[in-house]
Amino acid sequence: MEQQTLRMISPEDLLSETLNLKNSGYRFVAISCTKVGEGLEISYSFEKNQDFVSLRIVVEDNAEIESVSCFYVPAFLYENEIKELFGIKVKNILLDYNDNFYKIAKKTPFNEKKEAL
Amino acid sequence: MGERTVIPFGPQHPVLPEPIHLDLVLEDETVVEAIPQIGYIHRGLEKLVEKKDFKQYVFVAERICGICSFIHSLGYCLSVEKVMGIEVPERATFLRTMWSELSRIHSHVLWMGLVADGYGFESLFMHSWRLREQILDLFEETTGGRVIFSACEVGGVRKDVTVEQLQKIKSTMISFEKELQEITNVFLNDASIKSRTKGVGVLTKQMAYDLGAVGPTLRASGVASDLRSTGYAAYGKLNFEPIIETDGDCYARTAVRIRETFQSIDLVKQCVDMMPEGDVRVDVKGNPDGESFIRLEQPRGEVLYYTKANGSKFLERYRVRTPTFANLAPLLEMLKGCDLADVPVIVLSIDPCISCTER
Repeated sequence: MEQQTLRMISPEDLLSETLNLKNSGYRFVAISCTKVGEGLEISYSFEKNQDFVSLRIVVEDNAEIESVSCFYVPAFLYENEIKELFGIKVKNILLDYNDNFYKIAKKTPFNEKKEAL
Repeated sequence: MGERTVIPFGPQHPVLPEPIHLDLVLEDETVVEAIPQIGYIHRGLEKLVEKKDFKQYVFVAERICGICSFIHSLGYCLSVEKVMGIEVPERATFLRTMWSELSRIHSHVLWMGLVADGYGFESLFMHSWRLREQILDLFEETTGGRVIFSACEVGGVRKDVTVEQLQKIKSTMISFEKELQEITNVFLNDASIKSRTKGVGVLTKQMAYDLGAVGPTLRASGVASDLRSTGYAAYGKLNFEPIIETDGDCYARTAVRIRETFQSIDLVKQCVDMMPEGDVRVDVKGNPDGESFIRLEQPRGEVLYYTKANGSKFLERYRVRTPTFANLAPLLEMLKGCDLADVPVIVLSIDPCISCTER
């Protein structure tokens, strides 16, 4: 069976940790985003020879994070997806669809802001 | 430098089974860049975990796509079972593996038909899909459904298979293999098919790895990566090796899928021969609480399922990253420098499944 590792990192370390994995020969697998409380949990997954590594950051709803598409080109697709579905701000995406990736009618459906009663 | 024009490819196109749009930037008849646009069939299926409890959601998961249906339901069940620490009976793992490989056969033969239709080879398309009917008949006999058959559930499988059905599956595989040999000879040896696929849409080994290619698209470029080697379900007990080619062109991707179809026939026979006796499901009590990453090998490549649960009967998050989503970036690279007339063949060569991509 494959080995799986999950590492919590700070958003400031995202680019350096991603570059380390790139230089170590890891391929890019996916970016997964989940709403947690008032923030968002984003997992960047990589793999090399059945060693599956995920780097996880937790950010506030209004936070801005750097794109990793400068290191891993395919990341632009995933970053556009999480931007549109969760409303996370991602800077410097290689190809930014400006929230028009899935063309959905409802804004940020996975991060609905509940109206105060 | 030639004058640049932008031509839309899709969302409606005769070779596209599902809608995807590519803006093709051309200099004369050569593609210099391709910009994808998706979103025509985004259904928001991942959000439905908020409405369907974790036992019901398997019926949504298997409807992410009609071709990859069973393996989506398998991936969902494995994710939840991993979170809950459920061990399914061995017979269920072999049945799941057998149905997965039958799904792979039907998917690859469906693709063969689509790509033959893309070449304009209508009779080869019809022969391929006629052959595929035998697999759909096996699904219907063993599960009750031809396309979406709801055989998997959390804790095992919903239906058992009789000894007679297993024997029929094995005998069908033997006759199917002979008939498949006839049509695959055409795919691999016909001069017109070779001229349209050899040297077309080349993806080098390094580019395939760097751009995150998966499945036959990755293996046709020489990277021996197959998630079945991790041993999930009953794959750890079966004998097989990843199928690879090295040229990285459309012909190599065709050859990989054809050889994998024959490999899957052998895997189905192995499952039938090794099928253990016993139960096919266990009772599932309680609710999931935790998270898991599960990776499986769909016919189109690596699929990732991320599940997060909080102890309630509704999952907190179910995220699916499908193989065609991963193969979009490599597709854009393959299209650079190709002739406009080769675009349909190159797009088909990654076996795109847009329902999976958009969910």
